[in-house]
Amino acid sequence: MNPAEQPSALQVRGLTKRFDRLAVDALDLTVRSGEFYALLGPNGAGKTTTLRMVAGLLRPDAGSVSVLGIDALVDPIAAKQITAWVSDEPMIYDKLTPLEYLAFVAGLWGVDPKRSEPSARELLVSLGLEPHLHERCEGFSKGMRQKVALAGALVHDPRLIILDEPLTGLDALSARHVKGLLGERVRAGCTVIMTTHILEVAERMADRIGVIAAGRLVAEGTLAELRQQNGQNDTSLEDMFIALVDVEAAAA
Amino acid sequence: MSSAEALTWFARHEIRLAWREWLAMMTGGGRKRKRAVIGLIIFAAVLHLPAYAVIGRFADLRMPLDKSSLIVITATIFLAWALMLSQAIESVTRVFYARADLDLIMSSPVLLTNVFSVRIAAIALSVTAMALLLSTPFVDVLVIGGGSRWLSAYGVVVAIGLSAAAVAIAFTLVLFRLIGPSRTRLVAQILAAVIGAGFVIALQIAAIMSYGTLSRFAVLTSDAAAAWAPNADSIVWWPARATLGDSEALLLLLSFGLMLLGVVMAIFSRQFAETAIRVSANTTPTRQGSRAAVFRTGSRQQALRWKEFALLRRDPWLVSQSLMQLLYLVPPALMLWRSFADSSTAIVLITPVVVMAAGQLSGGLAWLTISGEDAADLVATAPLSASRVTRAKIEVVLIAIGMVFAPLIAALAFASPLQAVVTAVGVAIATICATAIQLWFRVQARRSQFRRRQTSSRIATFAEAFSSIGWAATAALVLAIPLAAAITGLMTAAIVAATWKISPRQR
Repeated sequence: MNPAEQPSALQVRGLTKRFDRLAVDALDLTVRSGEFYALLGPNGAGKTTTLRMVAGLLRPDAGSVSVLGIDALVDPIAAKQITAWVSDEPMIYDKLTPLEYLAFVAGLWGVDPKRSEPSARELLVSLGLEPHLHERCEGFSKGMRQKVALAGALVHDPRLIILDEPLTGLDALSARHVKGLLGERVRAGCTVIMTTHILEVAERMADRIGVIAAGRLVAEGTLAELRQQNGQNDTSLEDMFIALVDVEAAAA
Repeated sequence: MSSAEALTWFARHEIRLAWREWLAMMTGGGRKRKRAVIGLIIFAAVLHLPAYAVIGRFADLRMPLDKSSLIVITATIFLAWALMLSQAIESVTRVFYARADLDLIMSSPVLLTNVFSVRIAAIALSVTAMALLLSTPFVDVLVIGGGSRWLSAYGVVVAIGLSAAAVAIAFTLVLFRLIGPSRTRLVAQILAAVIGAGFVIALQIAAIMSYGTLSRFAVLTSDAAAAWAPNADSIVWWPARATLGDSEALLLLLSFGLMLLGVVMAIFSRQFAETAIRVSANTTPTRQGSRAAVFRTGSRQQALRWKEFALLRRDPWLVSQSLMQLLYLVPPALMLWRSFADSSTAIVLITPVVVMAAGQLSGGLAWLTISGEDAADLVATAPLSASRVTRAKIEVVLIAIGMVFAPLIAALAFASPLQAVVTAVGVAIATICATAIQLWFRVQARRSQFRRRQTSSRIATFAEAFSSIGWAATAALVLAIPLAAAITGLMTAAIVAATWKISPRQR
């Protein structure tokens, strides 16, 4: 299939969510298949709320979510089958070993054990967890827990990976492992959407960057496109980000 | 700030923390505290009625007492002490594992020995205050019925509270030395759960073995116990004498409690600090898990059920609770065994005990599986409908209850098939109701928050308790007075229906 004919990995239209205040405001967002997309924004901008609605963890008040052509609000099970979600707080069980945790995740996603077992071992080894395969997670550091959660997200071969601040708490080596693993998945055709406060990661890894503020997408494009939109070709992403969210804050 | 001022300030800080923890526990962390406190006062006032029913007839007791009365009073005081010890062990482990302020305290420029002396005193104070609160209706009834001499019972409560706290601290710190921080947590949790119940159950077992009855008073008031007991002037009876108004015995008891606490503070304050450092540095050492093949072919619900069973097996709370439930089941099991020999009618008592235990255990299990989900996001993003997830979790509760109670019911079937059927139906209904209540009032939480589950919804807690008691009574009455069973059954069903009506799922 011609890439142009491929459905978008994620298409969000008019997505709205209100808690005490408006968290996401009629957001439109399109992420192409096989793309590494970084979603940036200040605290409380609506990044996590948006991604939680995409992952099926929150019901939007209005709007639509389409994951690789599947309407995620009409058929959430089919959308979840091809999606993985990793939050900044690792979701693992203290009393299970990493291998048991991955076996559980593979079972939940209905992956054939013949395929999931070698894949799980390979993932855990590639993340440097080989010496801890049979240890219960209760004594793990936050970085190790984050790596187990990430391995769990990848063990069922998702086509869309959504990560909320996945590098929080990771040391430099672990962060490099994780970035390498995500890069491999993107090269294999997977789509990655990631929120991060580490602008250097977005700058180096993302094909496109979206900046969200007050629940709305205020800028989007490649780094070069963002610079062009901002009228400053030599500025850093950090400066551009601050300028963009400052403008939004002033407008609000 | 001088050293004395710093200590006073820290003591005030500890008391404030203890007060807020207690208030949060009593009010469920809700904002309507004034209303909750008024409710608690009314509840305490109402408690005077059952207290009168239990203890009112003893108000006229005076020294000198016969040996049987001395034994009963001393055993009751010992039971209260055991319960306080259990509460104190729980408090000590909470200070080590659950307080988030250890790093702050240990990094501050204060003498740790002094700080932890204050903390030990605070534990003793909170245990004693709680015991005073719980004993108030009983002592009040005795004072109203028998005169002001019974006020000395409050002094006895203080003395045994102080000694229970002292023993708990020494015991827990010795455990730390012997088996390390991680195992101490598990062992302490189990001991805290079984110590109080263990004493009553031991008396029941003795009563069954000797007299074929579940009443623990059968042993305490027996001629054999009186013959074995020491003379009336023995030190063993000091607590009983102090309770009855002997001021000399009371002073000695209070002095002993204070001295024991002082000795523990002097010896263990330094160790308290060292232990706290060890715990904060290494709360969870590496534990090897299973190396067996964990990747299995099966449905998604099977994967969920496997996970739930693995977590339940490895849950320290559940281990302690199951042990306690099993302990409670020992006396009825023994009665069952005896009934094979002498076909005693007392076997009917087994049914309510088993039904009640099933209701309580299933409530805890249901909370752990349904509400206590550590990876809620993971399960919610799995390609599985919420109803199938819930169904798999409920199945786990039902299977676990079946595994615990089926052997006992099967054994009962040999002695009395009808009673076995009634017990099985009672267990099933009590389990379903307790699970349903947990389902209606579910609040997403981490499994480690289990201790707080009873404060998250007072309605759910009381409804679960009333449901278990109601179905236990109904099952017993089906065997004894079927017409009365219809009435209690309808009343219990009405309670469960009303709980459903006011539950958040229904609103």
